Formats: sequence, structure tokens, C-alpha cells
Amino acid sequence: MQELVWDIALLVIAAIAAIFLTVAVRAKQLIDPDRIHAFTYGFRAKAFAALVIVGIAVAVITLRQLPYVKSSAVPVSQVVNASGFQWYWDLDRASAVAGQPVEFRVTGGDVTHGFGIYDDSGRLLAQTQAMPNYTNRLLYTFDTPGTYRILCLEYCGIAHHGMVSEFEVTAP
Amino acid sequence: MVAENPRVFTIDEAGRRIVAANLVVAGAVLLAMMLLGLTMRLGQSGWLEVPPARFYQIMTVHGTGMIGIAALGGITVMWYFLSQYVRLSTHILTANLLLFLIGVVIILTADFIGGFAAGWTILFPLPTHGAVWPAEAAFWHLLGLMLVGAGLLLVALDFGRALIARYGSLGRSHGWPQLFGLSNDPLPPPTVIAGTMVTIVTTLTVIGGASIMVPMMINALNPAFTINPLLAKNVIYFFGHSLANVTIYMAVVVIYELLPLFAGRPYKASRIFVAGWTGSTIMVLIIFPHHLFMDFAMPQWASGMAQVLSFTNSFPAMLVTGFGALALVHRSGIQWSLVSGLLFLSLFGWLAGIVPAVIDATIVVNSVMHNTLWVPGHFHFYMLLGVIPMILAFMLYLTRDRLGRSPEKDSDMWALIVYLGAGLGFVLVFLYSGRHSVPRRWAVHWPEWMVYDRFASVFAALVILAAAFFIVRFLIGLRHFLSGR
Repeated sequence: MQELVWDIALLVIAAIAAIFLTVAVRAKQLIDPDRIHAFTYGFRAKAFAALVIVGIAVAVITLRQLPYVKSSAVPVSQVVNASGFQWYWDLDRASAVAGQPVEFRVTGGDVTHGFGIYDDSGRLLAQTQAMPNYTNRLLYTFDTPGTYRILCLEYCGIAHHGMVSEFEVTAP
Repeated sequence: MVAENPRVFTIDEAGRRIVAANLVVAGAVLLAMMLLGLTMRLGQSGWLEVPPARFYQIMTVHGTGMIGIAALGGITVMWYFLSQYVRLSTHILTANLLLFLIGVVIILTADFIGGFAAGWTILFPLPTHGAVWPAEAAFWHLLGLMLVGAGLLLVALDFGRALIARYGSLGRSHGWPQLFGLSNDPLPPPTVIAGTMVTIVTTLTVIGGASIMVPMMINALNPAFTINPLLAKNVIYFFGHSLANVTIYMAVVVIYELLPLFAGRPYKASRIFVAGWTGSTIMVLIIFPHHLFMDFAMPQWASGMAQVLSFTNSFPAMLVTGFGALALVHRSGIQWSLVSGLLFLSLFGWLAGIVPAVIDATIVVNSVMHNTLWVPGHFHFYMLLGVIPMILAFMLYLTRDRLGRSPEKDSDMWALIVYLGAGLGFVLVFLYSGRHSVPRRWAVHWPEWMVYDRFASVFAALVILAAAFFIVRFLIGLRHFLSGR
């Protein structure tokens, strides 16, 4: 996901930069403003239509993949209760089996924290907020066994950066 | 029928003085905040030792101060151009500056002496549960924010008063009768339409901010009085997101007013323009739940709505201002100068900065990008390369380049190239770090992340040099502006 996002962002930013560069370079080649006006309005309508179509397509695809767990979802056998405190994670179990979904029930014990699951290469896999008074249910299936890390992803005070725990995932 | 831009801007002596004072303060605070930002990146890179407690105090001041200066600079730009169409009060703008300065002193004291370091986001209950700073420091920091907000509210109310006095209602100054076919009168000028949006959004935003800061101040004095943290977070982001966002809409009028002078073509309001700004007025106020995608307790409709609106909120910027301004410049024979170059750059920064923002406002992407360095990547994009160049262009226009005819020096071009190149490098390093999942707001970075921080530090230092060049140019030319010539 991260690579795709980076590539798309870079591509679109480069396209916008190319348009600006073209306009800047050709600025001295004078043309009647009325011709520009007519062209702009026609092109803008097409651009609007294109943005709407792309926007609807992206929204329809992405809104079907929301990370939110519905209460009616299938029961999971692996449940981890996680609470964030200044400045440590309190997990009632620190291991799970790969290939089967794990439900993390995440809350904040004092202030708001962020529960981010990282793999051993340092890639963020999933996250949810750990807020006092609320329990957020994060469903994640680990594909491969290994040592994962839980990092705090919501600023929670002066030792925020030290709030890291390990989570073991074993082979089924 | 459409209104066109004035060719000459007029302002009386009192107006010139307060506009100059605002811009001097904005320039000084901008440089100071940039240096704090560089300090943070140097600390993360391992090149400079910054104790974590000090790092997070700096982070709090940097975030708060940058939004403050964007608002101060933006509202000054808006005040100057809006005053060409309606009668505004210099006393109110003076009161705003005084409240801003008092607020800044209180915030600096609360943070650097009182130790307050809850970030600009002040997420409840962290401000009063910092563990290492006293609740009194939170009280004073919040009071400082309230004073800065009160100043902005005064100016926004003065805008509203003047617009209603001139046009009869905010609906009329927004161009709504013409938009809905109820009137064939000429549309108000672009700056008046934008000024109406800024009036509405700033007023509601600041009142919203006060509605959560007052209870948090009470909590600081009496811990038995508590607030629902999710409600507090919603209101804080309604305030914080909308205020940060509206600074762009304050400053963007500099493009509507100045770019036509350089391009020799008028920037015209149209019904599409009014429709775009109407959309912005509504959407800016209700898209803040995109900051709460990872709060799974939020209603799903709010998150879904925020994603869709975050997409559509980019349309007016891209299709109205972006298209309009590019068409204005395209094959116009524009006079390139430091000012017109900064204006053009600011338009690019705003539009390109929208791209990573919209991508991150997609919930599935947010799951792996939220609170990584991708986020400061996108907002630094349109702040550093969008809002700030708009304000700098305004400053330089006032002092040395009023008609774009001043002789341009090689140093001007080099400063512009350095600002663009290093600024782009700086924000791309943030985005690239986000691609590699580096968390934001970490005082101490892991060794594998430090290479990014070192590139960022070099880019930041270069950006500061270029910004200092622009601000020194402004200060040198200030006498010219104050003399009224």
C-alpha cells in the first residue's frame, strides 16, 4: 500500500509540476485572452467530469474496505486486550498464531495513545487510536510468524517515542 | 456582468502602519518558528542533542506558532485587499496584533518555562495529564490560545460588519443571489466573495475552539470537572483543521489581486467561482472527521462523509482558483519578478499539496499513513510552498515591487530557486519517510530513519536562508511602503 501511495502521489505532483512548467515557459508566447477563456471553460468542464468519475470510482472501491469491525462480525478465537499508559503498553497476551485473525481491543488508560502494529522490517501494518473511555476493535491477520512491534502513534507526552512493545507471532 | 480588479490599491497612513507592524511580526515569528523546526529535525538526525522534554516543548511552540503566523499573515493580506472594497477598522486590526503578541508571550512562558508540551493539538486529557508539567501550565497555554483566537474573532466580526454594511448581508457579499438566479446584478469582486467565506469560517471556528478550551481550562483548575475525550477531539479538530485550512483562503486573495497586475489580464468572478467558494465554505467546516478515521468509535457515516468531502473539497481549489490563475498566466506575456514568481510558486504548492492530503484522507490509506511523517509532509507542502509564499509575495509587493517594474537581481532568482528546490526537497523527505512508516512526533529517531532527517535538516537550513533573504528585503523596503509612495 505505502509504495502504491507514494508512486501515485509522486506521479500526480509531477503532472501538476509539468503543467506549471509549461505555462511558465510559454508565458511569453502571447495569445488572445478570449481564446484562452473559451479553451479553459471547455477543458475545465472535462476536468471536472474526470475528477468526479475518478473520485466516485475510488470512493466506491475504498469505502468497501473499511478497517472498522462490526459487532456482527464472525467471532475470532484470538483476542488481545491492549491498554496504553504513559509510557508503556499493557497487553494481556503478547503472542498470537499466524494465519488466523486477531482482535485487538484497544483503549487508553490515562491519555490518548495510538496503537500501531509494525513488522520486523519497520513497516506499519495497521493501527487504531487508544482513547480513554472507548475500546476500539482492530482486526488483523498476521501472514507470517515473527517478532512484531507495537509503537505509540499518538503523541502522549515526553516519553512517547519510548512506548514500544514486542508481539510474537508463531507458526500455526 | 463581472467585477474586475482595481489597478491601484489605496490605504491610509494608519492602515499602512498596522499592516506593516503585522507583517514585521509575522516575518519575525516565521523565521523563529522555522529555526525551531530545524532544531527538531537536527535533533532527530542525531546531529544535535535535543533533550526529549525540550523537543516536545519546541514541537508544541512550532505547531502553535506556525498556525498563528499563517493566521496573522493571512488575515493581514485579506484585510489589506478587502479594505479596497469595504471600510475596515484599523483599531480592530491593531487590537488583533496586541492580543496576538500577549498570547504569544503567555504561550512561550507556559511552554518553555512552565514545561507545557501537549502539542498544538492539545488532545484532552493530555494537557492536564502531562505527568511532568503542572496543570497551571496548561491553563496558561490555553489562555494564550484564547487571546490569539479572540483577536482573530474581532477581525472576522469586523469583516462581517463591513460586508453587511456594504452589501446588505453575507449572502449577498458571497454572491448567492446571482448564483441561484435571483439577481442579475454584477457579482461582488473575488476578494469580497473570499472575504465572506473567511468571515463565516473564522468566526465559527474560533467560537468552536473557545467552546472546548474553556472547559479544558476549567479542568486544569478543577480536575473533578471532566470532558468526553472523543467529543473534545472532534471539537479540537473542528477548530484546528478549519483554522489551519482557512489561512489559505485568507492569503489566496493575493493571487486574485496581484497576479492580474503582472499578467495584464483581469481575474473575474463568475457563477462557477461563487459555486466553488460556496462549496469551500461548507466543506471546510465539516471535513474535520478525516482526522478521526483511526477512532473506530466514530460513527461510520461521519468517516465516510469525511472521506468523500475531502475528495470534493479539492475541486474548488483545483478547478476554480487553479484553473483560473493558470489561464490568467498562460501566454499572457506575464512580467516575471520575485513577486509574480512567488505567486506562481504558491499556486503550485497549494495545488500539489492537496495531492498527498487527499490520498491520506482515504480511510484504507490512513490505516497505514496516519501519524506517520506523511502527514507533516502534506501540510508542510501547502503551508511552506503555498501559504507562506503568498504572504511573502504580499510583503515584497508592498515594499519594492508595486508594479512589477523594479529591476530584478540575480540574487532574487537564486533565492526563489533555493526556496522552491529546498522546500520541495524538505516536504518530499517527509512524504518519503511516511512511505517508510516513520512515526511523527518522535523526539528520538531510530538509526535507520536518521538519513532522512539529515537530508531534511539540510533542506530546512536552505529554506530558512531563502526565507530570511525575502524578509530582509521586506524590512529594507519597509520605509518605502510606510511613506505611502
